[in-house]
Amino acid sequence: MKKVLAVVLALAMIFSFAACGEEKASAENVVKIGVYEPQSGDNGAGGKQEILGMQYANSVKPTVTVGGTEYKVELVYADNESSNDKAVSAATQLIGAGCSVVLGSYGSGVSIAASDTFGEAGIPAIGVTCTNPQVTEGNDHYFRICFLDPFQGTVHANLAKEKFGAKTAYCLGQLGNDYDQGLINYFSEAAKALGLTVIPESFPEGNSDFTSYLTNAKNAGADVIFAPCSTSYAQLIIEQAAAQGINTPLLASDTWDSNVILAAANGKDLDIEVSTFYQEGANAEFEASFKEWINADSTNLANNGGNDTLAAVSVMGYDAYFVALAAMENAGSVEAADILAALPTTTFTGITGAIQFDAIGDAVRDSAVIKKANTTTESWEFVATQTVK
Amino acid sequence: MSNFFEANLPYILAGISVGGQYALIAIGYTMVYGILRLINFAHGDVFMVAGLVMVYTTASMPMFISIPLVIIATVALGFAIERVAYKPLRSAPRMSVMISAIGVSYLLQNCALYFTGGLPQIYPAIPFLSKSITIAGATTKMVTIITPFLTIALVIALVLFINKTKVGMAMRAVSKDFETSQLMGIKINSVISTTFIIGCFLAAIGSLLYFSNYTSVVPTSGGMPGLKAFVAAVFGGIGSIPGAVIGAFIIGICENIIKGLGYTTFSDAFTFVLLIVILLVKPTGIFGEKATDKV
Repeated sequence: MKKVLAVVLALAMIFSFAACGEEKASAENVVKIGVYEPQSGDNGAGGKQEILGMQYANSVKPTVTVGGTEYKVELVYADNESSNDKAVSAATQLIGAGCSVVLGSYGSGVSIAASDTFGEAGIPAIGVTCTNPQVTEGNDHYFRICFLDPFQGTVHANLAKEKFGAKTAYCLGQLGNDYDQGLINYFSEAAKALGLTVIPESFPEGNSDFTSYLTNAKNAGADVIFAPCSTSYAQLIIEQAAAQGINTPLLASDTWDSNVILAAANGKDLDIEVSTFYQEGANAEFEASFKEWINADSTNLANNGGNDTLAAVSVMGYDAYFVALAAMENAGSVEAADILAALPTTTFTGITGAIQFDAIGDAVRDSAVIKKANTTTESWEFVATQTVK
Repeated sequence: MSNFFEANLPYILAGISVGGQYALIAIGYTMVYGILRLINFAHGDVFMVAGLVMVYTTASMPMFISIPLVIIATVALGFAIERVAYKPLRSAPRMSVMISAIGVSYLLQNCALYFTGGLPQIYPAIPFLSKSITIAGATTKMVTIITPFLTIALVIALVLFINKTKVGMAMRAVSKDFETSQLMGIKINSVISTTFIIGCFLAAIGSLLYFSNYTSVVPTSGGMPGLKAFVAAVFGGIGSIPGAVIGAFIIGICENIIKGLGYTTFSDAFTFVLLIVILLVKPTGIFGEKATDKV
């Protein structure tokens, strides 16, 4: 009896695989855009918001006309799990699916880790919010539409000096995370040049006890804490800073621009300022329809953290999708090699401003938005647009 | 002097509090080991599930119902794991049970990943525990102060239970000799179930305290605390309850002192160096039973 059951189960499995195989025969004229983003792990929340932007863009413009033929745009997803070890297999998955161009990832580390895989396959990648210089440096296939960390680090060093009159800055980042450590490095360089004392410390992956780090910051007499880490750690830092009554201003990078942070900071006596790509309220018409789209679907709403506050990364995701389409139109082809060749000369004016690429493949951008968390209304307040000479 | 004290008190407070939380998890490891000679790798994940159950239950019901519910659910989970994954393997080699435990651990983590969608869940603030208080210039949460006292009270209750009650006596007998106690008419399965129930009850209390302090639950949240509690159990002598508690407090405090000294990067490394050193120097741990050869 047991043997019969085992055989039946085995057959059932084989047939289900066979069924999967049959699905592959799809309609003609489809162009695939790979979405290389974290959907789980430390950066899962941010990755999902970035995907939302692309999905919304896809719903706004589901087709592209290239060389007189109309193609249906299909988004293909791969979860890199916020982990450098999973990066290559996620990238391979997208290449295997036959993507013409890849968007992502949220988080510079995973982008760097998968870069060679995309390069060898000859597929162009467009970084959406990965700000570490190493993403685009030394290769021809990685482009990006956001500003860079040396710029962002300098913005924060200036902010610490000018707005808070800081003499000592405490930096906290995750050990071995390219994004965190890169930013801390650039911040330190700029801050030291401005005459600040910088105390950098790192915490291991999976750490949840930040009380001792915050006590270190307090004992060192830090005037600001610069913590460019992922949102899952940010939540804990905010919570524990408030519990310990440490109200040293917290400065953070684009990762903290998330409603997760607003929820964590709600009702607490903290000064949190972040640099980011876009300020909510800058384009009312676009935002209204985006929010309507998010609210129409409970999955989208859950992926956006349960409310319809727009994250800058979602808006960047939206722009990235259109940059990819613009590159296809510019190339007059949907082949990866042609898109790659056309990208350097592709320009597009998106919601976050005009996008064009320099010789390295980075977007030419010289300003960042600084915003501050309002801990009573759970929203971001515009502080300034910071430009670095 | 008072300045020095004020600056360093937060480290000690954090250490004692996290030590107490490790202790509550470590007891689960050590009791199961004492009776089944099994390292229950799924225990850290049971602790994480307790955290998630709390997140989901408080979303739909008041705190005074959800807290007992969390404890009941965690105990039920522990009981079910034992019945489904360990009991059928009672006569199998010990290694098979251990592999089954690792399987359960990954199963729980991946189920949690599915339910949370990989996003960190914010743990609800328990009104009394999450209140901020100030002691000698150091501000902290109420839970930090309560943890060590609650831990010690629970441990005293547990030791009394084991030494004074009939079930406790059965547990001691089973841990001394599994087969003989079975021959003597002890209902071995109910003793083992009781062990899991106590272990999971303490893990549920531990999770209430731990996540009140560190308010975010991810599927891997159980990993590090579980591993450290395991080291604490080995350090104190696996199988010994007071040993596990003292081991946990030592690890919690040392970890935070090391962070305070500025070697933040090495705080986890220290825990595992301690594990290796204790295994080399005194393999049975501080309070471990001496291995007697029965010829």
